[in-house]
Amino acid sequence: MTATLEAPRTAAPPVNPPARNATGTLLTILAWVIGVLFVVPVLWMVLTSLHSEENAATNPPSVFAPLTLEGYANFFGAQTGTSPWPSLLNSLTASVLSTALVLVLAIPAAYALSIRPVRKWTDVLFFFLSTKMLPVVAGLLPVYLIAQSIGMLDNIWLLIILYTSMNLPIAVWMMRSFLAEVPVEVLEAASIDGCTLPRTLRTVVVPMVLPGIAATALICFIFSWNELLFARVLTATVAQTAPVFLTSFVTSQGLFLATVCAASVVVSLPVLIAGFAAQDKLVQGLSLGAIK
Amino acid sequence: MRRLSMRTVLLSLVVLLTTTACAGWGGGVGGGGANSINVLMVNNPQMVDLQRLTAEHFTKATGITVNFTVLPENDVRDKISQEFSSQAGQYDVASLSNFEIPIYARSGWIAPMDPYIAQDPAFDQDDILGPMAESLKGPDGQIYGQPFYGESSFLMYRKDVLDAAGITMPEQPTWQQVADIAARVDGAQPGMAGICLRGQPGWGQVFAPLTTVVNTFGGTWFTADWQAAVNAPEFVEAVQFYVDLVREHGEAGAPQAGFTECLNNMIQGNVAMWYDATSAAGSLEAADSPVRGKIGYAPAPVVKTPSSGWLYAWSWGIQEASEKKDAAWQFVSWASSKEYEQLVGEQIGWSNVPAGKRASTYENPHYLAEAGAFAEQTKRAIETADPRNPGVQPRPALGIQFVGIPEFPDLGTQVSQEVSSAIAGLVTVQEALDRGQELADDVAERYRSRAEGES
Amino acid sequence: MSTALEPQTSPEARPGLGQDAALRRAGDWARRAPLLPALIFLIIVTQLPFLGTLIISFMNWNAYYPDEVGFAGFDNYRRVLTDVTTRDSIITTIVLTASVVLVSLVLGLIIALLLDRAFRGRGIVRTMMITPFLIVPVAAALVWKHALYNPEYGLFNGVLTWIFGENAPQPDWISTMPLTAVVASLVWQWTPFMMLILLAGLQSKPLDVIEAAKIDGCSSWQIFRHMTLPHLRQYLELGALLGSIYIVQNFDAVFTITSGGLGTANLPYTIYQIFYNAHDFGRASAAGVVVVIGTIIIATFALRTVSSLFRQEGAR
Repeated sequence: MTATLEAPRTAAPPVNPPARNATGTLLTILAWVIGVLFVVPVLWMVLTSLHSEENAATNPPSVFAPLTLEGYANFFGAQTGTSPWPSLLNSLTASVLSTALVLVLAIPAAYALSIRPVRKWTDVLFFFLSTKMLPVVAGLLPVYLIAQSIGMLDNIWLLIILYTSMNLPIAVWMMRSFLAEVPVEVLEAASIDGCTLPRTLRTVVVPMVLPGIAATALICFIFSWNELLFARVLTATVAQTAPVFLTSFVTSQGLFLATVCAASVVVSLPVLIAGFAAQDKLVQGLSLGAIK
Repeated sequence: MRRLSMRTVLLSLVVLLTTTACAGWGGGVGGGGANSINVLMVNNPQMVDLQRLTAEHFTKATGITVNFTVLPENDVRDKISQEFSSQAGQYDVASLSNFEIPIYARSGWIAPMDPYIAQDPAFDQDDILGPMAESLKGPDGQIYGQPFYGESSFLMYRKDVLDAAGITMPEQPTWQQVADIAARVDGAQPGMAGICLRGQPGWGQVFAPLTTVVNTFGGTWFTADWQAAVNAPEFVEAVQFYVDLVREHGEAGAPQAGFTECLNNMIQGNVAMWYDATSAAGSLEAADSPVRGKIGYAPAPVVKTPSSGWLYAWSWGIQEASEKKDAAWQFVSWASSKEYEQLVGEQIGWSNVPAGKRASTYENPHYLAEAGAFAEQTKRAIETADPRNPGVQPRPALGIQFVGIPEFPDLGTQVSQEVSSAIAGLVTVQEALDRGQELADDVAERYRSRAEGES
Repeated sequence: MSTALEPQTSPEARPGLGQDAALRRAGDWARRAPLLPALIFLIIVTQLPFLGTLIISFMNWNAYYPDEVGFAGFDNYRRVLTDVTTRDSIITTIVLTASVVLVSLVLGLIIALLLDRAFRGRGIVRTMMITPFLIVPVAAALVWKHALYNPEYGLFNGVLTWIFGENAPQPDWISTMPLTAVVASLVWQWTPFMMLILLAGLQSKPLDVIEAAKIDGCSSWQIFRHMTLPHLRQYLELGALLGSIYIVQNFDAVFTITSGGLGTANLPYTIYQIFYNAHDFGRASAAGVVVVIGTIIIATFALRTVSSLFRQEGAR
């Protein structure tokens, strides 16, 4: 047994090598099965969106019914005469701007809680977290009244500010973990080399935590895009966002399943694209110790 | 790890931000010019048609742009109540119903329409059906709303299925007769249940038909002197009957079934009968409906009252805080006009016409040609509806299938959740109604003390 | 968590007490400065509304009776804490949150373990797995309610008909097990989130030590139990913490799938109902404040005593 200790252990592979035995195959199959099970509702949603309304509501479900773009046509205005583009654009604006604002505020704050921490940083973190404990629903009325009095109802900037405050706590938490991983030796080496603090941050720290920034930005974008309650209550005709527009297709009188599925596909598309494109960053970024 | 240069990241961020900012957030919808109004409405098919036809017909003719916000019923009710109670002025017109309009009128949240009606004889207020106009008046007797389409309720049944079973539907069926018929046709065709009745929680879902059943069984939510009567014998008997009927011969998934589910069931041939709104007939007789021409229509079943159909009208109300009331009236006047009905009939179909509000609709030969199967029954149902006296005893508030007090949505919804659980078999009817009695008593107590305070 | 980062300067090392105190104060402010924009922003945007909620909770304010608006003392709180509906919704919230968090953590862990090893198509499986999290929640709730659970034309009953033929059981999923139905749809949406966090944790585990253990003859199970799991502990805690915070607040799923009926009304839904159905602003605000206090108590207990998230870095 001890003889094998001589074998070199320095070149450890980043993942376990594929096992080519029965257990390995079984595990692979299991992973595939679970993956497919999880994605089936989404596939079903896409399929239903391509059926006509009558075929979408049959029992047993008609998998092979003729495909049609009727649902999408309805979503894009065939039934109602209104276009979804303003709502989609509003959602994009609100999500992108609030995410940018969150990063601008959260990164320095995270710096002040990790690399050069204030005293009582645990209290500060806890405070950030506690702002998420009031149910959004309960705070809605004061927000509505304040917005009404300053004339900010139905204004996209109100949503941007609210989404920023909604995502700031998790952004600070995540960025703090990433910044805490920056080895102190790197910072010391940079300052010995004569870098000022801002330059150190820009050229050394930020590139190191870029996956973390990407992960944080993605999470904030997802939560902002999906938000429904604030948008429904605080917007009217001008600043309506995509999820609110989506709910307008759920009628209590008549068939709507194909159209709603089509709407769900289109409204989820930006988040899906962003998520798929950045999933590597997401895993990397969520790894609280990968930089080592 | 690839090192994106800071420059590239910053540059792409700046480009992204400027493009989205320059896109003009939401500017495309029309951010409220001098000649535009905002309308908040429910997304029923008739409203969706209105949305589609407005730009070409109303805006072109008057130059007034209309910005619509369309939401499902529960959501729109919540948004409307928030908007009108705070008088935020975000919307000029909203789709209220004959439930809200008297209440909002009393609180001063909507504008009286009498002055506008006087100046707009072409609107022809007298053409509006009597009970409809009555139910949209405020406490001062002025008209505060105009109906867009109205409905009562009746019993829809598959003539072919009943004929095959050798059953004739009586001219004015009683509930017991209906239960017997349901038992006989239950399973007459594979997968077909006897009857479809709503069971979904909601004061406007399960309790719309259920309250009419309660009324005709001799029950009431509140007595005239504000005593809650939810677990009184008649109320219990009515609800027990309803729950038993739907559990034994009703549709699958009854506790979740609302109007849409039952409509779907009827169209797909999963049920033989359906007691619900008269407005359903339009969808059942639509050109592409598989059951077109096979449906018979009977008046709402009764027990102790001569009639029991409900009365409901999706109507337009103008917000008191609106600064564009004149333009708002122009829209209301157009949407509820005879000309609009003609437009819908020609462009979309006569069975899609928002009917149930004008007598002239029921004399229109084009409409009768399409809707002949149910037009007469609908008109009769509306005309025999009496919101002041729908049951066997006097009531303290208006309303057939609801009680016209602001607390009713909350009360009705909470009790309806208990009733839904009873339909699902999770609680007994007595348990559900005992709990309902507690909740109703809370409300009644406050009204009693208010009444005492005034006397 | 890892190597603690010591403060760059330590006050003890400097000479001169008065000068030292002034320098330390300046140093403190230099440290606080980057934090202030975020802190001030958050305080203004969240505490002002919270203050509003607090004030309204002491008022008797019903939108339909504007003449009766007035101070109500602790009346609203008394009603909130004694009302059966609110008590039920507190229990429902706890059950819902705990079920969703625990089930999605366990599922997420299993899937993360499966995805930790390389196999053919691993990238595809991972992509499939994160898709549920990327669907707009209200859209997901609608799809679950109408396209999956519906007893007439939903996929579940359709599959049963395929497998078992004409006489297949066609249960009404939402009516027979309402809370489970809501939990299932939430677990579906949040398992990817947990999986990502745990996967990140697994891919950062110290492989050299594990290799050593393997060579020394430890079984996979032993390695998992004594090495992987402790390493994952902070990731599990992070997942549980974040998941709980978001799922306690969840509103869309309950609103869409069951409309709060059949015993699934959780606190956000009950508060919403009190606001919009009863228009009793005072009582709804009081319920909100009660939720905040309850959550802070639980969170304080959890974070300060049980969790290791704060503990390891207390030395800073």
